[in-house]
Amino acid sequence: MIHSLFLVSTAGHIFLEKHWKSVISRSVCDYLFEAQGKASAPENVPPVIATPHHYLISVYRDRIFFVAVIQTEVPPLFVIEFLHRVAETFQDYFGECSEASIKDNVVIVYELLEEMLDNGFPLATEANILKEMIKPPTILRSVVNTITGSSNVGGTLPTGQLSNIPWRRTGVKYTNNEAYFDVVEEIDAILDKSGTVVFAEIQGVIDACVKLSGMPDLTLSFVNPRLLDDVSFHPCVRFKRWEAERVLSFIPPDGNFRLMSYHVNAQNLVAIPVYVKQNVSFFETGSSGRLDITVGPKQTMGKTIEDVVITVHMPKVVLNANLTTNQGTSTYDPVTKVLVWDIGKLNQQKVPNLKGSLSLQSGAPRPDENPTLNIDLRIQQLAISGLKVNRLNMFGEKYKPFKGVKYVTKAGNAGPQREQRSTFFCWNLFE
Amino acid sequence: MWSGAPSMSTNNLSYNEQGGGAEPAVELGQESTPTASGSTAAAGLFSTDFKKNEDLKEMLESNKESLKLEAMKRIVGLIAKGKNASELFPAVVKNVASKNIELKKLVYVYLVRYAEEQQDLALLSISTFQRALKDPNQLIRASALRVLSSIRVPIIVPIMMLAIKEAATDLSPYVRKTAAHAIQKLYSLDPEQKEHLIEVIDKLLKDKSTLVAGSVVMAFEEVCPDRIDLIHKNYRKLCNLLVDVEEWGQVVIITMLTRYARTQFLSPWREVGCLGQVCSKAFYDSDVEKEKADSKPYMMDPDHRLLLRNTKPLLQSRNTAVSVLAQQGHSAAESRNALCTRTRTHLTERHQEVQYIVLQNIATMSIQRKGMFEPFLKSFYVRSTDATHIKTLKLEILTNLATEANISTILREFQTYVKSQDKQFAATTIQAIGRCATNISEITDTCLNGLVLLLSNRDETVVAECVVVIKKLLQTQPSQHSDIIKHMAKLLDNITVPMARASILWLIGEYCERVPKIAPDVLRKVAKSFTSEEDIVKLQTLNLAAKLYLTNSKQTKLLTQYILNLGKYDQNYDIRDRTRFLRQLIVPNEKSGALSKYAKRILLASKPAPVLESAFKDRDRFQLGTLSHTLNAKASGYLELSDWPTVAPDQSVRNVEVMEPQSLERQPSTRGSDLFAYHLLVLLCSDSDDAKEKKRPKPKLDSVSSHSKASSSSDNTASSGSESEEDTDSDSEPEQKKKKKLSSKPQVRQILSFALNCGCKMCLCVTAFQVSSPVFVPPKSHELLHRMSGKGLAVSYHFPRQPCAYSHRMVSVQLTLTNGRDQPLEDICVGEAGPPGIAIHRFATIERLQPEASITVSMGIDFNDSTQAANFQLCTKTDQFSVSIQPAVGELLMPVTMTEQDFLKEQGQLTGMNESSVTITIAPDSMSSQPVGRKVVSVANMGVVPSSQNSIHRFAAKTVSSGSLVLSSVVLQEASTAKLVVNTEKTVLGSVLLRELKTALSQG
Repeated sequence: MIHSLFLVSTAGHIFLEKHWKSVISRSVCDYLFEAQGKASAPENVPPVIATPHHYLISVYRDRIFFVAVIQTEVPPLFVIEFLHRVAETFQDYFGECSEASIKDNVVIVYELLEEMLDNGFPLATEANILKEMIKPPTILRSVVNTITGSSNVGGTLPTGQLSNIPWRRTGVKYTNNEAYFDVVEEIDAILDKSGTVVFAEIQGVIDACVKLSGMPDLTLSFVNPRLLDDVSFHPCVRFKRWEAERVLSFIPPDGNFRLMSYHVNAQNLVAIPVYVKQNVSFFETGSSGRLDITVGPKQTMGKTIEDVVITVHMPKVVLNANLTTNQGTSTYDPVTKVLVWDIGKLNQQKVPNLKGSLSLQSGAPRPDENPTLNIDLRIQQLAISGLKVNRLNMFGEKYKPFKGVKYVTKAGNAGPQREQRSTFFCWNLFE
Repeated sequence: MWSGAPSMSTNNLSYNEQGGGAEPAVELGQESTPTASGSTAAAGLFSTDFKKNEDLKEMLESNKESLKLEAMKRIVGLIAKGKNASELFPAVVKNVASKNIELKKLVYVYLVRYAEEQQDLALLSISTFQRALKDPNQLIRASALRVLSSIRVPIIVPIMMLAIKEAATDLSPYVRKTAAHAIQKLYSLDPEQKEHLIEVIDKLLKDKSTLVAGSVVMAFEEVCPDRIDLIHKNYRKLCNLLVDVEEWGQVVIITMLTRYARTQFLSPWREVGCLGQVCSKAFYDSDVEKEKADSKPYMMDPDHRLLLRNTKPLLQSRNTAVSVLAQQGHSAAESRNALCTRTRTHLTERHQEVQYIVLQNIATMSIQRKGMFEPFLKSFYVRSTDATHIKTLKLEILTNLATEANISTILREFQTYVKSQDKQFAATTIQAIGRCATNISEITDTCLNGLVLLLSNRDETVVAECVVVIKKLLQTQPSQHSDIIKHMAKLLDNITVPMARASILWLIGEYCERVPKIAPDVLRKVAKSFTSEEDIVKLQTLNLAAKLYLTNSKQTKLLTQYILNLGKYDQNYDIRDRTRFLRQLIVPNEKSGALSKYAKRILLASKPAPVLESAFKDRDRFQLGTLSHTLNAKASGYLELSDWPTVAPDQSVRNVEVMEPQSLERQPSTRGSDLFAYHLLVLLCSDSDDAKEKKRPKPKLDSVSSHSKASSSSDNTASSGSESEEDTDSDSEPEQKKKKKLSSKPQVRQILSFALNCGCKMCLCVTAFQVSSPVFVPPKSHELLHRMSGKGLAVSYHFPRQPCAYSHRMVSVQLTLTNGRDQPLEDICVGEAGPPGIAIHRFATIERLQPEASITVSMGIDFNDSTQAANFQLCTKTDQFSVSIQPAVGELLMPVTMTEQDFLKEQGQLTGMNESSVTITIAPDSMSSQPVGRKVVSVANMGVVPSSQNSIHRFAAKTVSSGSLVLSSVVLQEASTAKLVVNTEKTVLGSVLLRELKTALSQG
């Protein structure tokens, strides 16, 4: 299966290599560099590259290429999923997945990779098991280890590895038993210039942070489970019960995990909570243009819309922008040609407006297309699909846990997602 | 908002289906407590001054562990950077026996990396691994095997072989998993070991642990993917385990099972192929089983259905590799339904690499099955933030999905893309428009007009692409479009993209008769710039010149000659070659042969219009989701999916004998007589004139007698010349058939009883029922020895309900020994045992048990199907304690799976003396199915038989020791009463079981 792994920075520096079978020369990465040279951005490097003797399957994440070298037929998704799992494990262990953090912890990285794959086939990929075998680095522990000579590496096989609940370790103990669930929804929508919805759908996830002692068996039910039209689960969720009763029944992993992600195909259902009026025009004569954007709240179900940011990718000929706004701040980066208007909270009384003139490169032809607008915003305490958690029950343990919904605010980590013609939405809503 | 709720639970076969407070079912090998690693002084903390490689050797040779560890960490850092650290090999290899686990692991890392280069030195470490292979700690055993098998030194192949064979029978499933991985490593090192390795694979395939399943199937795929006969017996087990296997294993198993299904089952889509769309539409709404059962005469093999049923939950996996392959399983069965589609659509929203692969699959599928994806058309709309390759794929899919109905929507969308700032993407869109235009004739004109408008676009890439596409479109209907050609001729002055220039020249040459005035002028222009043109333009210039010479030689003769002369001295030999060829062909001279007569017909022949096809057109020759499919080229090691067989291969090959292979070896006489009985059966049956039945036992015989290949047994079936009958009754279980036959034919019954008298202990009808994995219930622990009476040694036991590793007649029991004394206990073992009817497999002597430490060991006890207690002595170095294990009757059973019909049939045979029943009042909360199931299963280790009625619950098991069937049913009646029935040959056991079930159910 996976023959070797190379970690390559965007600058083309191979800073880690690991081989599970015989050693493969790092020159194989030249094919990746070749592809990278052809692509305009690192994201555009094709994930699967065939070379005369090997196949390269790569994942680009956090400014690092994770390149797996393959020699025989294997489902590419298998490798891609695994590489993402590796990146997630690094993230989990070191707080961030970056070239610097990997270089600093190269021994732990190596130990982890050794446990994660045997002969190129995944062995242990559950965070809970890995953490029992190789403890994550902390400053305190590294000092203690140096003094006492004890190590980060466990000497026995984690019991979870043998059970049919591999994601949970045994003997978990907490003084405060708590379980938190975050329901996070994102709307993807494409609007056309007149504001009509071309396409809209809702992506949601339920992230959980469960710190419960022993072997709790949880059941989470929804008020309106029929809403969910496509779901994927963490392996701990019992599918049969979901199918029969539409409840999530599971023995949770310890700590943070993504319980489920879902999809609501809601073409008609989605009420776009803001409206945008935009007018960008370039004059035929003289190298200048005008820009006028107005944003206002539409249907918000009584909640405030926050963190509104509008991003506009200008045509290349736009040299600079001279804009004034009545709310928030706007910046134009003449190098990347990106205009960012950070509005903040939307309120009913005052309608934010951005207008001014654009100066174009003289002599260049007038751009023939309108720039696209990306809108990022957030509404707290509202799941736009209307999904509601009903109750959480615990079996198997006697203590009373503190359970509830923690309100977390995160930026839309999926990055800018949708746009079209004129307007685009992407936002996170939390309950 | 949150509150407790009444109990909930389901009662089924695996984790995935069971509820209730569960503890992990930890399958422990014999394992001692970890030894604390030696602690050393704090030398390393403040020593930062040595950072040179020379001192690494010194550090490794010092006797301070911390220094060694520090050195190894730096060496691993070097390896990670790809620097050479091989000169340190001798110094490193000395530390292989270190007690410090981390140091040891780092040395392992080093060894695996460099052993191949330094084979002689690497041999020094082998003895350490051999010792570690015997270590009581399973992690150490496993990692020793991992390293030993990763050292690519051919000389140690025999040692590896031995280690693998040993590890394959290890008690710890983790070690067995490692053995499965080691098989592949050894195979790549020395392919000549194949035959031996296949034996080990065969053994490991029988393993019931979910941990091993994925790895051994991987080994199977790598070493002997063609030995499908090894799978037959394990097929049903693998299907049933699938849900509980870890995600990576699931991928491999599904891939393998999909391939298996292709060779063993009939195509479920066979009938529908001719009925077409109408039928398939109906499928989208119905679920898999229903659609199979209702809509056509085809009866799906129950085993095939088993596979589909078990892959269904995996569609919802968070791991896209699993999810997509699960769909593969489904789509390979061609039972594609809305569920598959939706998951696919959903998948388009994850990591962009994942999207890339999934979109490729969709692109291939969308050619064949537009209808599947049409409702999700908008999901494939391109976003400006998509990566280039994703945009291209989405365009491809949109083009594939274009129909007369939706083309206007798609075209409107395309218009937006054409305006995109990414000009390369805009160009690709134009190609897509061209394809839509050729495929859907209604819109050809609209598209053409649109493209002509685009010709005035400012961007050259866009214009050039337009020209190329228009050229292709015009070819399909050249008659009306001379004005477009004129327009394009004008473009030639400005456009510089070679491909576009070449296209224009070709167009003008091809239709020069329609633009007789313009064509010579164009030729004049290109003649001027000939030397500075690209090769492709030059070739088309030559073409144009030749065509014009033939049609309009008066105006163009000199120009043509000029161009031919330029071409004659061109640097490119293709152009020189073409020039020579054209000159001979068109310019008449004395030497010109017969061909020049036909020059006009050769050059101006009407050319067929190009067919614009999807690049994914022929991708479906590869299995979706494979690397080969992604690359559109066969990757090494790609295993083709065969076509569905036209005649179903024999299904009975998958029937599993309860008889374990080792027991066969142990009882050769039994096996012999068994065989004898089968032979007689076969003979008798073939004497009888019932042709349909005669071939049934035959494959059975094969499978028992020689574990012969599937092919041979299917040959048997085929050669018996009654395929049609085979097909019609393919849904009925072969063992039923045999039973029927047994009861209907007195001769056969005689033979059977004869065979049984000969010593065949196995009940024939039982053999066919597969022992299933037990329903998980929280283990109930019983006290064996209290710490007061055991002088500090406390022992408790429970029944893990796992098949016993020592003998199939034994019940496995796990003992947990705890030392409550303040001194270590030594030499704990099992002493004398009794009574005589009960056999005990002792656990290995525990040499030392530290204070406060506890250890779990397993032993096997053959209770001989009685509830009589097993008495034995537990000895330590100083004391002896008599203890006894009293088995609960429910623990003497092994669950079996069977269908409802089988159950009723078996129950019908076990009436009269063999049946005991009672009417009980049960607690109201037990009236629904789950509590009843849970209660029964918590008392007795029985398997749930699927029931068609809600009020009847059935459970089946066989006794561990003799393998007699034990059937139990609970019929819920009105007013909280229920009738409880137990049927078994073991009447005593039956009545005890009845009593216990009664107590359990009426407790409420």
